[in-house]
Amino acid sequence: MPYVTGEETKARIPVSGGAVGALGRMRDSDLWYSFTRSPLALVSALVVALFVLAALFAPLIAPHDPFDPGSISILDSFLPPAWQDGGDARFLLGTDDQGRDVLSTILFGMRISLAVGFASVVFSMLLGITLGLVAGYFGGWVDSVIMRIADVQLTFPAILIALLINGVARAMAGPQSYDKVVFFVLVLSIGLSFWVQYGRTVRGSVLVEANKEYVLAARLIGLGPWTIMFKHVLPNVLGPVLVIATINLALAIITEATLSFLGVGVPPTQPSLGTLIRIGNDFLFSGEWWITIFPGITLAILALSVNLLGDWLRDALNPKLR
Amino acid sequence: MTPALSVRNLRIEIPTRHGVLTAIDDLSFDIAAGEVLGMVGESGAGKSITGSAVIGLLEPPGRVAGGEIHLAGERIDHLPPDRMRRIRGKRIGMIFQDPLTSLNPLYRIGDQLVETIMTHQRMTTGEARDKARKLLEEVGIPAAKTRLSSYPHQFSGGMRQRVVIALALAADPELVIADEPTTALDVSVQAQIIALLKQLCAERGAAVMLITHDMGVIAETADRVCVLYAGRLAELGPVRGVVKLPQHPYTIGLMAAIPSLTGDPDKPLAQIPGSMPRLGTIPDGCAFNPRCDYRFPPCTTERPVAYAAGTSQAACLLHAPEFSRVAPAETLKAADAAGIRLPKPAGEAVR
Amino acid sequence: MIAFAIKRFVQALGVMLVVALISFMMFRFVGDPVNQLVGVDTSPAERAALRETLGLNDPVMLQFGRFVLKAAQFDFGISYQFKQPVAALIASRLPATLELSFVSALFALAIGVPMGVYTGLYRNTWLARGFLAVSLIGVSLPTFLIGILLIFVVSVNLGWLPSFGRGQTVNLGGVWSTGLLTKSGLQSLILPSITLGLFQMTLIMRLVRGEMLEVLRTDYIKFARARGLSRRAINFGHALKNTLVPVITITGLQLGSIIAFAIITETVFQWPGMGLLFLQAVQNVDIPIMAAYLLLIAFLFVVINFIVDLLYVAVDPRIRLDGGTAG
Repeated sequence: MPYVTGEETKARIPVSGGAVGALGRMRDSDLWYSFTRSPLALVSALVVALFVLAALFAPLIAPHDPFDPGSISILDSFLPPAWQDGGDARFLLGTDDQGRDVLSTILFGMRISLAVGFASVVFSMLLGITLGLVAGYFGGWVDSVIMRIADVQLTFPAILIALLINGVARAMAGPQSYDKVVFFVLVLSIGLSFWVQYGRTVRGSVLVEANKEYVLAARLIGLGPWTIMFKHVLPNVLGPVLVIATINLALAIITEATLSFLGVGVPPTQPSLGTLIRIGNDFLFSGEWWITIFPGITLAILALSVNLLGDWLRDALNPKLR
Repeated sequence: MTPALSVRNLRIEIPTRHGVLTAIDDLSFDIAAGEVLGMVGESGAGKSITGSAVIGLLEPPGRVAGGEIHLAGERIDHLPPDRMRRIRGKRIGMIFQDPLTSLNPLYRIGDQLVETIMTHQRMTTGEARDKARKLLEEVGIPAAKTRLSSYPHQFSGGMRQRVVIALALAADPELVIADEPTTALDVSVQAQIIALLKQLCAERGAAVMLITHDMGVIAETADRVCVLYAGRLAELGPVRGVVKLPQHPYTIGLMAAIPSLTGDPDKPLAQIPGSMPRLGTIPDGCAFNPRCDYRFPPCTTERPVAYAAGTSQAACLLHAPEFSRVAPAETLKAADAAGIRLPKPAGEAVR
Repeated sequence: MIAFAIKRFVQALGVMLVVALISFMMFRFVGDPVNQLVGVDTSPAERAALRETLGLNDPVMLQFGRFVLKAAQFDFGISYQFKQPVAALIASRLPATLELSFVSALFALAIGVPMGVYTGLYRNTWLARGFLAVSLIGVSLPTFLIGILLIFVVSVNLGWLPSFGRGQTVNLGGVWSTGLLTKSGLQSLILPSITLGLFQMTLIMRLVRGEMLEVLRTDYIKFARARGLSRRAINFGHALKNTLVPVITITGLQLGSIIAFAIITETVFQWPGMGLLFLQAVQNVDIPIMAAYLLLIAFLFVVINFIVDLLYVAVDPRIRLDGGTAG
């Protein structure tokens, strides 16, 4: 049974058992079977895991600290990758205009890209699930208002909404304090532009589930609406939500990179992958391609792997969508 | 005379992840020109898939794995796709179950008719339109000329099935396969459609393979009937014989299960215990043996073939002299009481 | 049909009003419009006078009404950064964006639909699998990265095509400057259109493929086969036409997002369109331009949606006739 049903989910959450039981169940599940049978999913999962680890431990594994003014020298600027003429063995992927090691800036940049990506996915997921549950459970005008907003928002591309929210936040915060809150502004603007999908999915499931016997039974024994929603309805929509979250992680990373590339994202002092590409883009014509191409390739591989993972997850959880 | 359709030892396989399923196993039957052969059986018995195989439209990965299909003496089961395409619609017409979804909603029915006619016959568009109008008149659509430029959704279900019949008969095929042609229709329209189909095919001398699970339709329409069970032939014979004096225990059960208007209303409907096995879980020996009231030892090991049984052929070991001879006396007695015409030696033993 | 059109029109009006409200609230409550227009040395009395002339002391509903009325006459106020009427600024940038968007959409359709049809019909061939793999990469790569890579390969390394600007433009009647009539203008258009259209192209391809697979499973295709129609008649007559119904809807909506996505492409290629203008507005908190751009995009969306609905009606007789005969 590919779809996560209520019973299954409940069965998978160990009540008192240890990790062994949960792991064992995971190994027996269809999801795991499909996972081990799909080389593409395996490879992408591996790549994503590798990137996340590299980002987490960037301070330990990066050959240089690109943000320590003492360790960078302007004399090292514009060095090509190590294997090219004039390359320096200290800087595997070359250096940028300020003499920072490109490999190290990529590792640190990935940290910010992934952090913004994960945070905005979690934010939009919480927002979308809450609004979806509220809309579906209470119905009436609450439902209409939420879904109308969703409709209007769906009419516009997410990047446009993110840009608008970004502009408004920028105006509210003022230019000086903007750099301090930029992380939250990004998470807010990306998160707000992606909640609709979760909201619609959850609302739909609530409408279906709310009339099923087990929810009626739960209501009969006197459980409150929130208990019913979180304990009984929510587990049923975790599958689709997980799929949306994975695909949206790739979208969020791309959106952050795009915002930063457009110059309204992370500032150059704490660059994300998008900022790095923006900085390097200025030197593309003078021949210093490595400053922009390497962060670009990193971003591409990261986004592609997460997307592949999401694609596989969608097919595995719902073969009908194929 | 060469039959219009002759199917010999047909075997259809569907390879799946869990192994190869045999959807049709060793099925043989003929349909003479102008004859209506009813194909009955439960869902999944293999009626529709047989029809698809005959017209060469088996859904992949299903495939004809053995046997032969002859159309008017010419073998057609191994023709290259393009030759087979030319036979479809021209020499074999097919009618599907749901008239609501059989017609392309975006094309006027006149265009769909003209397209079909001109695919198979050398005609100018004007001539084809003329023929399309005549066909619509023939299937009983009023104001045929104006209706040509209507879209399918402007017709009722019964009218649409009439259009579908017109399309299937557009090139005067020798064989018409009607796959549950009335199942999706209102009961009140069903009889009309069946009568129309029968009349038009009779006029053209076309053979009809009428696939249905409705024994009532078969009894009224068919000349002969072919009963399938789990992809195998159960019984094949003239409709009168099969309905009045069924010879296979499965057919007996099937007939007893038909509600009758003249019977005792308080008597519960007879039913066959259990259900048809799914493909891949068919028992050894006779496929019907776990549900059979007349089972005797060889039934679980020996695979029955079609034996002569009264006016029909039945794939039941009771009709095989070499096996019925060893059957227990009470089984034979019960079978005889149920109207099964046992082969000579065994039958004598009962008396 | 008329009821249908009226219903759509009312819906569109509703969307426009909501967007107008958002624009107005941005305009009115994000930052102080007065502060943006005057210098630091302006006296409080002068500010108060300006506030009065701008009508900022009136009831909010009245202000909103005035805002809508003015917007309907394409009066969006004065840009904070350029000190020029917003409408004129946008009008001078509009042709560049529209030309880029339409050429991109054309490219996306002209390549995406045949690729989708091919991958739907021959889905197990290597070429189809290759198309699908490429499409996934196309969906995963951020637009700006595609632009940079194209510039890097085609402009920097090969030196074939220009990498920024619109090339030479010709002014038509003083209102529309077009790059479609000069060689350099056309050359300049190639890379940006590919960049902008690539994402939509892969999207359309996947959509057409999905629809094609769906349609090929339907009964009427089965029946068409049973009637012995040729492969070509089935695939390109029956299947493709039915596929196009949803494709038109989605493509229409995509056209709207192409105009919005042009922001990114215009930045990469320094294309002097509305998107670039909007981005500068976001960076410099130029609210009037942001508000006007938002309204304009919403308007384009609504217009495109309406055209899509009409097309839809033209293709699908069920809508056309149900409205006319049945009610």
